[in-house]
Amino acid sequence: MNQPTPWAAAIHGLFRSHGVSIVSHVPDAGHQRLIELCQADPAIRTVTLTTEEEGIALAAGSFLGGARAALLIQSSGVGNCINMLSLPHVCRMPLVMLVTMRGEWGEFNPWQVPMGASTPAVLEASGVTVFRVDAADDVAATVDGAMSLAWQSRRRVAVLLSQRLLGAKRFTPDPR
Amino acid sequence: MTASPNAHDATRQPGLPRRDVVRRLLTDRGPLLVVAGLGASAYDLAAAGDSPLDFPLWGAMGGAAMVGLGLALTQPSRPVLVLTGDGEMLMGLGSLATIGVEKPANLRIVVLDNERFGETGNQKTHTASGVDLAAAARACGIADARTITTLAEVDHLRTAIHGPTGPLLAVIKIGADPEPKALPPRDGPFLAQRVRTALLGQTQALEA
Repeated sequence: MNQPTPWAAAIHGLFRSHGVSIVSHVPDAGHQRLIELCQADPAIRTVTLTTEEEGIALAAGSFLGGARAALLIQSSGVGNCINMLSLPHVCRMPLVMLVTMRGEWGEFNPWQVPMGASTPAVLEASGVTVFRVDAADDVAATVDGAMSLAWQSRRRVAVLLSQRLLGAKRFTPDPR
Repeated sequence: MTASPNAHDATRQPGLPRRDVVRRLLTDRGPLLVVAGLGASAYDLAAAGDSPLDFPLWGAMGGAAMVGLGLALTQPSRPVLVLTGDGEMLMGLGSLATIGVEKPANLRIVVLDNERFGETGNQKTHTASGVDLAAAARACGIADARTITTLAEVDHLRTAIHGPTGPLLAVIKIGADPEPKALPPRDGPFLAQRVRTALLGQTQALEA
């Protein structure tokens, strides 16, 4: 599924200007373009994960080593991160998560709804400051400010990229 | 109720003394960075002597190898050792696949395998039932994956840890009897800042 995500280039540019050198991800269609931009960028090491919590631990190790990392996941993976979020929380490390939302506006798949609905509460209960973006024009400023907060004040931040922004995934059965 | 778990398992070899194993691995450690998994592995690290290059975990179970990967990717000129237990490694089994794909040349993982969840009453882990973490690591693309049962092999491993190539995973079969607790510092910001200061210097360590 190729969704038009014109803001992906803006986020990639912010990764460059903020000096992000490690980007890890569990793929999501909404992050497809951004992942491709990162993979094509020799200044960024792009790491594919088997589960989202690996990315929390990877970001912690990257911070210890003096580098900035970002994690790209979808809302269904936020629940996988809960205990691992205690690591950056208790060690007061910065963490940047960009979360594409499922289970909300226009959702076709009911199995996505519970985790989508609990995503902001789960993140906030785990010590993560949550920002939400519904309009393409707001993506760059929100991500820029969230990343500045993370690095400068050593906070865990998540930017939720809403399903309204991304466009709901369309499911159509293949013709028999 | 605290009988030696080995007494119930006549088929298991006694296993190497874990404190001696860790002391040997850390002999003349030089620039070696160490991430220790929670519980007995972190206590073993503390018993071998506290260092600013140590990052012992007190939680985050299943995450030790990935913290090590983050350090290895961002400090490519230093060897990074992840020292953890079989229960912790089993919880992060997927990270072996991620590390096998990334193939960081400077990352070494040592699994101190007593086949038990030692912190919680010595319940058997899956390695007691034949799950082979070295074989799993090889299947994930970590070509140098070995299982060690003698101190001579431990001494060879110490040399390999400081060698030029990796990644490497070694499962060391250790005894299941508990050692006296030696507790590392547990304040998270202190531990993180101490490693960063050692690696980056104080000024840069205070930035993010």
